[in-house]
Amino acid sequence: MSDNVIEARGLSKRYATATAVDNATFDVAAGEIFGLLGPNGAGKTTTILMLLGLSEISAGSARVFGHDPMREPLAVKRLVGYLPDSVGFYDHLTAADNLFYTARLIGIPPGERKPRIAEALSRVGLREVAEKRVATFSRGMRQRLGLAEIVMKNARAAILDEPTNGLDPQASLELLDLIRALKASGVSILLSSHLLDRVQSVCDRVALFNQGKIALMGTVAELGRQVLGGGYAVEVEAEGGHDLARRFGALEGVRRVSETELGRWRLTCERDMRAEAAAEVVAAGGRLKQLSLDQPSLETIYTRYFQNTQEVADAA
Amino acid sequence: MRREGSAMQGLGVVTLKELSDHLISARMRVLELLVVVTALAAVYAAITQIRDTSAEDPFLFLRLFTVARDPLPSFVSFLAFLVPLMAIGLGFDAVNGEHNRRTLSRVLSQPIYRDALLFGKFLAGLATLTISLVVLWLLLVGLGLIMLGVPPGGEEMGRALIFLLVTIAYGGVWLALAMLFSIIFRSAATAALVTLGLWLFLSVIWPALAPAVAGAFTPADADQATQVIIAQMLMRLSPSTLFGETVLAILHPTTRTLGPVYIDQLQGAVMGAPLPLSESLLVAWPQMVGLIAATILLFVGGYVVFQRQEVRA
Repeated sequence: MSDNVIEARGLSKRYATATAVDNATFDVAAGEIFGLLGPNGAGKTTTILMLLGLSEISAGSARVFGHDPMREPLAVKRLVGYLPDSVGFYDHLTAADNLFYTARLIGIPPGERKPRIAEALSRVGLREVAEKRVATFSRGMRQRLGLAEIVMKNARAAILDEPTNGLDPQASLELLDLIRALKASGVSILLSSHLLDRVQSVCDRVALFNQGKIALMGTVAELGRQVLGGGYAVEVEAEGGHDLARRFGALEGVRRVSETELGRWRLTCERDMRAEAAAEVVAAGGRLKQLSLDQPSLETIYTRYFQNTQEVADAA
Repeated sequence: MRREGSAMQGLGVVTLKELSDHLISARMRVLELLVVVTALAAVYAAITQIRDTSAEDPFLFLRLFTVARDPLPSFVSFLAFLVPLMAIGLGFDAVNGEHNRRTLSRVLSQPIYRDALLFGKFLAGLATLTISLVVLWLLLVGLGLIMLGVPPGGEEMGRALIFLLVTIAYGGVWLALAMLFSIIFRSAATAALVTLGLWLFLSVIWPALAPAVAGAFTPADADQATQVIIAQMLMRLSPSTLFGETVLAILHPTTRTLGPVYIDQLQGAVMGAPLPLSESLLVAWPQMVGLIAATILLFVGGYVVFQRQEVRA
């Protein structure tokens, strides 16, 4: 049996006049955070709804913990927690009462409901407002309540649709921390977002969606290598040293060297090569003034990918 | 393709939650107050009228439901008007409200099917209607006992109970219609307006329009009786007509038919003699079945649309 908790093979969703998802194939491994990224309307939410058995699959197949979401949706929904885009709760009920309703729907035994709700609310920092009506909650608090529902459910996987959408930077950071904590507790996570920079830090692997198709897939470094020609950019600033550009270029793993200004170089590398770059500066008799590592941003990768695609299309 | 598990898993949880929401909502309290106050006023007026005029009536207790005293209409007329209003109030935002609150996808991502959610909402609405109507019915019976001082007979109680069930079924039609529109229209205001519009059309305009429509579609050489029968058939497309005819047969035991009376039906009949309850039930049976069938049809229509609908907000 594979280690994948989610497997999508040629997943497609067609409507009368449009194709929302076209032949999407990807896996989410146990314990990882996998990001479905792309602009609004790219097909991310439709993919998620198909995985949950909430939307019919037009072609292809999906397996969630080995269950077919179309034939065994209840089994899938027992194991997976879902946080929809702009999650809604019953405003006239308190946070605890909202979770209580979900607990009864899930079928949590009566004796376990209260402690599990209390623990879940504690984990997301909402214990103090458990008895407050959700109508008084901010958007960030609602998102956290949505995560509390997943925690209470003891879900083995979580599907989070645009979790940071509409949140201020501070609330986003807090939510991303909660997502990391969820992963640390052993939950596999499939996360969708159009805010590439915000979720880059939490995703182990990503698939970039465009117009219903997966355009790119892999770790950020892999995508960087694929699209930008290198996954890591090492910035070196040094004084003195002889023929440093040639020395950097000769290092195994360095794909490109460019001198951005006098005494500053940018090395495009396959891996983190700060140590090797520093050693070369010293070996060349130079003095190292600054050394930093930049991972390529998903934003850059995404933009460059579509520029390249456009150029190819224009050339054809 | 066969799905795993029961389609009704979670039905009880949804029903109880929705019932609780209905019973504590301000909207329902206002509607219930309206129904209780107006209905009790009608009953009080009926009691004073009965005291003045019909001390010898063998079905005195049933007159509580049907007797009117100017300017108030009868209790039955009040219910015919207010029960649809109450049912529409319960159902017009049943599903689109979940969409608009963005709770639908979250609730359906729990291990339940859509079937349970929709059926649970319908059952909760019907249970709310039932509770309100039973309370009202008990109030009426109690008031009747106290103010008339005459205990109702067994058959009168039977007829009153059947009237209660028919009224619940009548409310069920409008509840199912309101829920259908709450599924079709994403805006609760649109759903409410369309349902209220249809209610007004079917209850007020259609009974007046049906004879004219029948006249237009009846062959030129057809006799008047045929035209009346066609007009009556058309009028019965309205739940209000079905309810009115059923109530007539159940609460007026002397009612022998709900259509034109033919000579052979009068043979051997003692004019003005009441029918036994079982005979009255036979007279009203098609109308009662019509009300229940309309409820089921409308609910199934809503169910089919809901099953095919996208969950996303």
